[in-house]
Amino acid sequence: MNITINGKIYPVTEALLERNLAAFLREDLMLTGTKIGCDIGVCGSCTVLVNDKAMRSCKLKLQDVLDKTIVTIEGLTPPGGTLHPIQQAFVDCGAIQCGFCTPGMVLSTYALLKENPLPTRQQVRSALKGNLCRCTGYQQIIDAVISAAETMRLSGNED
Amino acid sequence: MKQTDKAFRNDAIAKVTGIAKYTDDYTLPGMLHAVPLHAPVASATVISIDYAAALALSGVVAVYTAEDIPGNILFGQIIKDYPTLVNKRIRSTGDVIALVVAESRATALEALPLIKVVLEEIPGIFDPEEALKPETPILHPDHGSNVCNYHCVRTGDVNEGEKDADLIIEQQFNTSRIEHAYLEPESALCNLRPDGVMEVLGSMQHPFSTRRFVASTLGLMLKDVEVKTIPMGGGFGGKDDTAALVCARAALCAYLTKKPVKITYSREMSMRESYKRHPYKLDYRMGVSQKGKIQFVQVRMVADGGAYCSVTPWVTWRSTVQCCGCYEVPNVHCDVYGVYTNNVFSGAFRGFGSPQVNFSIEQLMEIAAEKLGISESEFRRLNMVHQNSITITGQKLDQHTVSLGEVMDAVLKEIDYETKRKQCDFGNLTKDEWYGIGYAISYRGMSLGAEGTDFNSAIINIQPDGSVLLETGVHENGQGSESAMILTAATELGIAKELIRYRYPSTSNIPDGGTTVASRGTIMGSGATVNAANIIKQRLCEGVQTALGLQNCSYNDGAVYDETGEMAASYFEAVHMCYNKQIYPYAFGVFQAPRVSWDEETGHGNAYFTWVYGCQAVELKVNAKTGQITLLNLVAAHDVGKAVNPAMLAGQFYGGMTMGAGYGLYEDVPLKNGNPKITNYHNYRILRSTDLPDMTAIFVENRDPLSPSGAKGIGEPTLELMAPAIANALYRATGKRFTNMPLAPQVAELCKGTKQ
Repeated sequence: MNITINGKIYPVTEALLERNLAAFLREDLMLTGTKIGCDIGVCGSCTVLVNDKAMRSCKLKLQDVLDKTIVTIEGLTPPGGTLHPIQQAFVDCGAIQCGFCTPGMVLSTYALLKENPLPTRQQVRSALKGNLCRCTGYQQIIDAVISAAETMRLSGNED
Repeated sequence: MKQTDKAFRNDAIAKVTGIAKYTDDYTLPGMLHAVPLHAPVASATVISIDYAAALALSGVVAVYTAEDIPGNILFGQIIKDYPTLVNKRIRSTGDVIALVVAESRATALEALPLIKVVLEEIPGIFDPEEALKPETPILHPDHGSNVCNYHCVRTGDVNEGEKDADLIIEQQFNTSRIEHAYLEPESALCNLRPDGVMEVLGSMQHPFSTRRFVASTLGLMLKDVEVKTIPMGGGFGGKDDTAALVCARAALCAYLTKKPVKITYSREMSMRESYKRHPYKLDYRMGVSQKGKIQFVQVRMVADGGAYCSVTPWVTWRSTVQCCGCYEVPNVHCDVYGVYTNNVFSGAFRGFGSPQVNFSIEQLMEIAAEKLGISESEFRRLNMVHQNSITITGQKLDQHTVSLGEVMDAVLKEIDYETKRKQCDFGNLTKDEWYGIGYAISYRGMSLGAEGTDFNSAIINIQPDGSVLLETGVHENGQGSESAMILTAATELGIAKELIRYRYPSTSNIPDGGTTVASRGTIMGSGATVNAANIIKQRLCEGVQTALGLQNCSYNDGAVYDETGEMAASYFEAVHMCYNKQIYPYAFGVFQAPRVSWDEETGHGNAYFTWVYGCQAVELKVNAKTGQITLLNLVAAHDVGKAVNPAMLAGQFYGGMTMGAGYGLYEDVPLKNGNPKITNYHNYRILRSTDLPDMTAIFVENRDPLSPSGAKGIGEPTLELMAPAIANALYRATGKRFTNMPLAPQVAELCKGTKQ
């Protein structure tokens, strides 16, 4: 039994099957970019990619994600000090204030653009409905998603 | 608003890559975890606490109660009435009876139900009007009254005003108790360092205030507590007292166990204990002449402060000063009461006493205008403050540009108000969907005003290679204050912003700059930064003069010039010369807010040193069958003095409008016997991305001569207008006035009735 997290394979022992994924990421792997806002799966701060789908890690146990590929915000960030086009767009569009929702927002955006590379603003709003933000009023986040989609289209980069 | 420039934030990359570390993201070797045991009822006497069984659980290290506190049990910013841990008397379900410290958080939580507390319940007081009655028992005997505080305004003579009034309107308004709902729950990590200093990392808005809480609890001096600023997941005024108390409790555990201790609240703990926005009951009586001039305003406000004082006297003071909204009123009689009850306590919340008043007065104005047969815009223009107006507290508005008309015109033009107001449906029964448009205007006193001492400092420390370390007494709450300070320093010194690093501040590095509240970050912090930059420029000139034997040099835009105007040294050369000549390019700058005044007896004075002006409008539609409200368009204009960081400024607009819309429409914290019924985001509705249309932010910039940087504040003005704008739009959509919050359930109720 294995899980792949950010490209690394982790064996899962019997004892870990019941372990909460968000807690495993934060406490065992020290991947603290995954945030806990509600711990009941309604705020989206703990969003991670499970086989490229945005899911709430606080609602998952390791047994739910066996043999699946998980990407956290740390794994989305390219090596070498650059940013993923989605991350760059969030920075450039002023989509970040307190930053607590940001990792989840970025990963939900990734999952959206994978499915729908050129969404309308309304489609972006629908896709991000499960990610709460109390600072920004979402507007510059929507701007960032639209801008990232455009950048990724121009560069032919869907990753 | 179209963004042409890329946004600037010094912390953006750390936040977008997930490497930014918030309090709960830190782990220290040997770290223990503590959790609070909250009071099960709102009013009781503690007979006994038996925690032997909890202590016996494997992994539990200690259980602490008030008896273990070495310093003061009670603390508070204004009145010291809040027990850091319950001291016999329980007054709120947010009270913490004991702390369990364990090797893991899970163990600590497991031990909580093992603590046996015997209580003797005392009937609680949950209605502020009940609390005011003379026969009601007094909640805080030391205070001597259930009136936490009282403020008034006495201007002119209301009886005289009544003689000139052709129309008198009486209306009561009620506003909601709401939750800040910052995404990051409270967290603190404290560590007693080998040098004897209690080091505090915490999710809190006010490092200096937190330091006072911690020092008081431990009985330490301020030098022995160091609070460090790390990224914080939202505050909105909400990470003041409660967050500081969480820090004080973690510090207590760390102090007693001699181990690092972390307390991280669950959302449920946070919503139970943290203070809310004050719910108000406002009874207005306004008289107007047939010509459309307000003759008098009489108002009584009762604010439910809950179990503890917190900053209720300051919140209600702003409501008092601004009780007539942004209008000239010759005769005013205003009484405002902050009241103790056994409800969850109320405290600072973005807006701070103005949203309640604006919700009321901006509807009252429209009610009056309609009865007089004057348009709501004309009626506002006839009465609103203008250049050189005298406010109801006797302050002459002649020190800055009074731009109320300008912001109002900008919004009404952008949204095409005059055309669209004619298209409103007023509950037209032949239609399935009702359209409405509405707006509201306000003025707002900037910064603390006469509620507190108002000064701040900045340190600019230029390194030998020309790079700069900057810090101020302003706290980064997520709003981008550090970025604003960096941009201000870069502009003043004429150097690239990339040369400047904002130091992670610590309470041990820079003098107490007060709290980062009241939208004072930019105006106070930038003011201090400009003043420090001016000192640095003199230092750089001194360095060049000494090195080159010149006199009367001046600094301009990144270079030093001699008295003939020839460039004598570039910025980097000047820095080099300073160090060569043993002159430190180091400056400590202070900005002290201009004097303000207040007389509690009459409610008169120059309450704030400057004011800001704003207008927000909304278009919406209501589904006539279901009552569902759809926001179609939101527009805001605010005079900010000067836009320091346009993208972040726009973010304040959008975030504030959104929070204001949620406040008006849906947000509400109902209580059961004083305890919030809300527990998490599933039963507390904050606006989601699908609830909102695209918004428009209009920046109006009239530089303020009393602000060294020209900038004023924006955080709170953006929140205080959308609720009344929506209420006014709902009136034009449904034909019915809604004078109580939250608005959406009442609209749904109305539509249910209409359908039948």
